[in-house]
Amino acid sequence: MDLIRLRNVNKTYKNGVTAIYDMDLNIKKGEFVFIIGETGCGKSTLIKMLYREEKPNRGKILVGGIDVAKLRNRKVYKLRRKIGVVFQDYQLLPKLTAYENIAFALEVFGLPKDEIHKKVVKVLELVGLTNKAKHYPNQLSGGEQQRVAIARAIVNGPKLLICDEPTGNLDPKKSMEIMKVLDAINKLGTTILMVTHDITIVNKLKKRTILLESGRILKDYQEGEYTR
Amino acid sequence: MKVVRVLFRSLRDSIKSVFRNFSLSLASISCITITLVVVAISIILSYNVNNFTKLVEKDVTIVAFIDNTVDKDKISDIESQILTIDNIEKKNVKFIDKMTISEEMMATSDVFKDIMQSWTEENTPVQNTYQIKVTDINLISKTADEIKDIEGITSVKYGEGMVEQLVSVFDLVRKGCIGIVIALIVVTAFLIGNTIKITIFSRKKEIEIMRLVGASNINIKIPFIFEGLFLGALGSIIPIIINIFGYKELYDHFDGKMFSHLIKLVNPTPFVYYISLLLLALGMLVGMFGSWRAVRKYLKI
Repeated sequence: MDLIRLRNVNKTYKNGVTAIYDMDLNIKKGEFVFIIGETGCGKSTLIKMLYREEKPNRGKILVGGIDVAKLRNRKVYKLRRKIGVVFQDYQLLPKLTAYENIAFALEVFGLPKDEIHKKVVKVLELVGLTNKAKHYPNQLSGGEQQRVAIARAIVNGPKLLICDEPTGNLDPKKSMEIMKVLDAINKLGTTILMVTHDITIVNKLKKRTILLESGRILKDYQEGEYTR
Repeated sequence: MKVVRVLFRSLRDSIKSVFRNFSLSLASISCITITLVVVAISIILSYNVNNFTKLVEKDVTIVAFIDNTVDKDKISDIESQILTIDNIEKKNVKFIDKMTISEEMMATSDVFKDIMQSWTEENTPVQNTYQIKVTDINLISKTADEIKDIEGITSVKYGEGMVEQLVSVFDLVRKGCIGIVIALIVVTAFLIGNTIKITIFSRKKEIEIMRLVGASNINIKIPFIFEGLFLGALGSIIPIIINIFGYKELYDHFDGKMFSHLIKLVNPTPFVYYISLLLLALGMLVGMFGSWRAVRKYLKI
């Protein structure tokens, strides 16, 4: 069953630049998909439309059954609760500890404290940061901060995890650590969509890989097909 | 239950964030403090002017002089006619006997005493009078005319000309003061709104992350609105202290009067407490409104 479905999606920014041309795309539940391509090929626009930071001008986008293009600003939170997003620059709140940063994502829903605690402890274990729970972001390395960001993105049990160059700021060793964490999350059933420039990672993991060029899908490599 | 939890969390977070972003909170608080002090001063001023004008207006009296040929039965007839006039304070229609007036006048000076001593009730030129107070001072000249028309009344006096001038000046001062207070409140709201906007701008990232993790607009707004409320409440502390102690000190210093016995200051209790409540409410409301307006900007509503 498709978790993401794009039909004839077109996105032109107000300045006249068209980032996505008539795109069709299906991503099944439980898949791990890389999106690659040169800078300015539309990768970021594509994922921004999936978590409804941008709206398509034309076409239909379905994410987990929600018609994203028709979603009103006021209702965006309903979609965001079903997906997790991880960025290259981690986007952690500097004045909160690792634990608090993760708990923050649950507190906004008004979950009881003990339930929040259980979930946060569980994800901290999953990303291997149990011993760094009380550290502030500036006391953590880049890789550790990214793992906190991943923990925050998945603590709510989303169906889809969108990662925008999560290893962009990390050295190869730390990047592989992050990839291991993401792979483990994927094996637990979460669909992962990852934008990356790191061809080494793409080569190594041999997942489905979508190559974009000038706002169009140039090639959709199935699992194991992409080699470079 | 969920709503209570969200509210409780918002309350906790807003208190935390006031201290976490202390320097910016301090900027908002000082802004609120300064403007509320100005608002407090103008409210106190306008209330006192208002009170003073009311006192003066209360003192204005129409004196109706009764013809000395009118006998006692006719006098009570005149009184009942005066009482039928609309703008009359029924309880404040006082008959003053001509002999009482003579005695009062004689008591004030020896010259009067020498002259008036020989006058008897029959031959005195002093007239019996009615002292009449009106409910609406703006209609005083019309009321005076109506009284004058009553048979047996020779003339009426109420400080014509001066009263009208006084009334129009007071009216102007009162309207001016209300205008100033309203303008100040609007300016305060604007200033506080802008200061809080800067505070919130620095926390744009926090709002973006809240949106990202799936917080609804109301989830995001509530903590900021509470925060504005706290900033407002904290900002009103110094103005309240200045208001309570400052006004009491002023009142005691001038012994409740200013410049002359005519200008009486409003008694500090419970006046200062009402003003304090007003300042607190104003600070909180304006703080809340400022936050709400600022946070709205980042929510893409």
